[in-house]
Amino acid sequence: MRWGNLTKFLAVVFVVLVASGYYMLPLATSIKQGLDLQGGTHVVLEAVDTPEAKVDEDAVQRVVKIIEKRVNEIGLTEPIIQRQGERRIIVELPGIKEPEKAIEMLGKTALLEFQDESGTTVMTGKDLKDAKAEIGQNKNNVVALEFSEDGTKIFADLTTKNVGKHISILLDKKVLTNPVVNEPIPSGKAIITGSKTIEEAQNLAILLRSGSLPVKVDVMEMRTVGPTLGQDSKDKSKVAFAIGIGAITVFMLVFYRLSGFVATVALIIYVMLLLFGLKMLNATLTLPGIAGVILSIGMAVDANVLIFERFKEEYHAGKTLRAAMDAGFSRAFATILDSHLTSLISAIVLFFLGAAPIKGFAITLGLGIVLSLFTAITITKLLLRMLMHANVFKNGKIFGA
Amino acid sequence: MKFDIIGKRYWFFLLSTILLIPGLISIAVQGFNLGIDFTGGTLLDLKFARPVSVSEVREALKEHQLEHSTIQLAVSDQVEVSQNVFIRTPELSDNTRRVVLSDMEKKLGAFDTLRSEKVGAVIGSELTKNAVIAVVVSWLLMIVYISYRFELKFAVSGIIAIAHDIVLVLGVFSLFHKEIDASFVAAILTIAGYSINDTIVIFDRIRENLKTHKKTESFTELVNRSIWQTMTRSIYTVLTVVVATASLYFFGGETTKNFSLALLIGFISGAYSSVFNASPIWVTWKEYEERRKIALKTSGSK
Repeated sequence: MRWGNLTKFLAVVFVVLVASGYYMLPLATSIKQGLDLQGGTHVVLEAVDTPEAKVDEDAVQRVVKIIEKRVNEIGLTEPIIQRQGERRIIVELPGIKEPEKAIEMLGKTALLEFQDESGTTVMTGKDLKDAKAEIGQNKNNVVALEFSEDGTKIFADLTTKNVGKHISILLDKKVLTNPVVNEPIPSGKAIITGSKTIEEAQNLAILLRSGSLPVKVDVMEMRTVGPTLGQDSKDKSKVAFAIGIGAITVFMLVFYRLSGFVATVALIIYVMLLLFGLKMLNATLTLPGIAGVILSIGMAVDANVLIFERFKEEYHAGKTLRAAMDAGFSRAFATILDSHLTSLISAIVLFFLGAAPIKGFAITLGLGIVLSLFTAITITKLLLRMLMHANVFKNGKIFGA
Repeated sequence: MKFDIIGKRYWFFLLSTILLIPGLISIAVQGFNLGIDFTGGTLLDLKFARPVSVSEVREALKEHQLEHSTIQLAVSDQVEVSQNVFIRTPELSDNTRRVVLSDMEKKLGAFDTLRSEKVGAVIGSELTKNAVIAVVVSWLLMIVYISYRFELKFAVSGIIAIAHDIVLVLGVFSLFHKEIDASFVAAILTIAGYSINDTIVIFDRIRENLKTHKKTESFTELVNRSIWQTMTRSIYTVLTVVVATASLYFFGGETTKNFSLALLIGFISGAYSSVFNASPIWVTWKEYEERRKIALKTSGSK
């Protein structure tokens, strides 16, 4: 019976160590890394009013579309383009080789051109008034174009001269679509057929409209971390992390012996859970995020220290090992709960009010606090119980008392 | 008999004040070295193929009327020349930046751009505003939580201790002209979280001891007892976080140096203020209240 408990304990320790050997590194490396770690460019763009037009929802949507198109053309892996607030767009380009070029390209006003078969530009985006996706007469998906007053005249002339020929519509010098002129169009309204789905038609319409975009795009913020610096930060953080963890482990073993060993095993489980949680939340690990991890480990250790100190007191007051350990847990619980919850409050506030890098820190810290609370009061307890019930070690000293 | 911390509390209040004074004077006189995150501007962190000097870089920037920019050689200030150069200028347009960079390449030779940042003034002021809001909101919420779990007096004493830690860190950063950036805000909030965390452990013990509190024991004795009961834990805990943060400071990258330095000072200060400021403030307040109650009673009986 008592040996059974010890076997159980050893089995758990064995499983934890093996599992951490197998999964720790793959888990740690598969978490998405922030641009500060892998290098890359972070750009915040803002659509600004021009004398010709005020920024509205549609304009920003068009800007987003055109940026997506441009970013995709660079062929980067995992770019992120997201809206922030009413007028801002955040673009994250990981591992970019020529950030200066990319930034220049992002802020550029879209250029829409209509070319005849000889490749001469006949009209530009300013001649186009609107482009909309519609369901045509034969239930097919079409893009309906509407030209400005000047545009109507030029387009009428263009279509008259090019019946049966192709007109190329280019955005930023790349062909968007290449429709054939069926007949002269004097009305200033035309349709382009050939879209397979309504989404495809909508997409084309937005891109066409973005070419006639009169709003300007400003670069509000730009941060580029070169790959050398990113790699350097990553390597150094790893070293710092290993030394920090190592020191804490030695510390726990020296001061709390067997209890310290249990705490270290619990700490390994804690780190695994944290990595797993970060992966599940699809969090991005940044430098402040790593600091958050280190801090939350400090808090997890603190929870164990609180318990063991209480255990010591109770044991010295004359309780049996088991009773002292139980009392240690229950007495330390209120303290751990209060201290963790106050820290959680600041993590939550940071998450909601902080800027992007601070958010990453808040996520790791918040998750760390919750997990620390869980591991300290369940896993440490469970493991220590097994050990104590094994009744093999009877002297309190070996548990650090 | 263990050292009478509460009995000597006025000495510790004095010590804390003395610790804060140089920083406060520095904040008033020279203010902070605010990074571009707050002020807006452009930052270039370049690694040249050959070591360059500050005056060379300044000369190269002159043509673009940027000779008043902050130019620092990385690694240490002792060296005359270095491959690593750190330049901070007012906000440059993307075009100007490109021109400046290519001009420098012509004059000083090839370089690698380690880091290049531009923050618009609008973003900078938004960050400042958000940081202040974050601090105020988190403090209010902490006061609410602690008042609910303990009492308002504990909450206020704890917040005063946090304020001490934060002012101390701000003072050190002002004194040594260390740059304050966005991650500094995260550091400050972490310090606040840690400090209150540390204080709560002692408060919790006081609360527990209050339950079995005998009339013969004064508040001073009770709090002294509580502080000493938690002393080992206080020391161990600050040791573990300091070790973790110190390893980040000494072995971590250049970009986390300021961040971990702030944390390091803040954690040590937090551990100190929890023991020597927070609980003593509570005792002082409590005793003042007791005396007033007695005074009211005696004046009422007259």
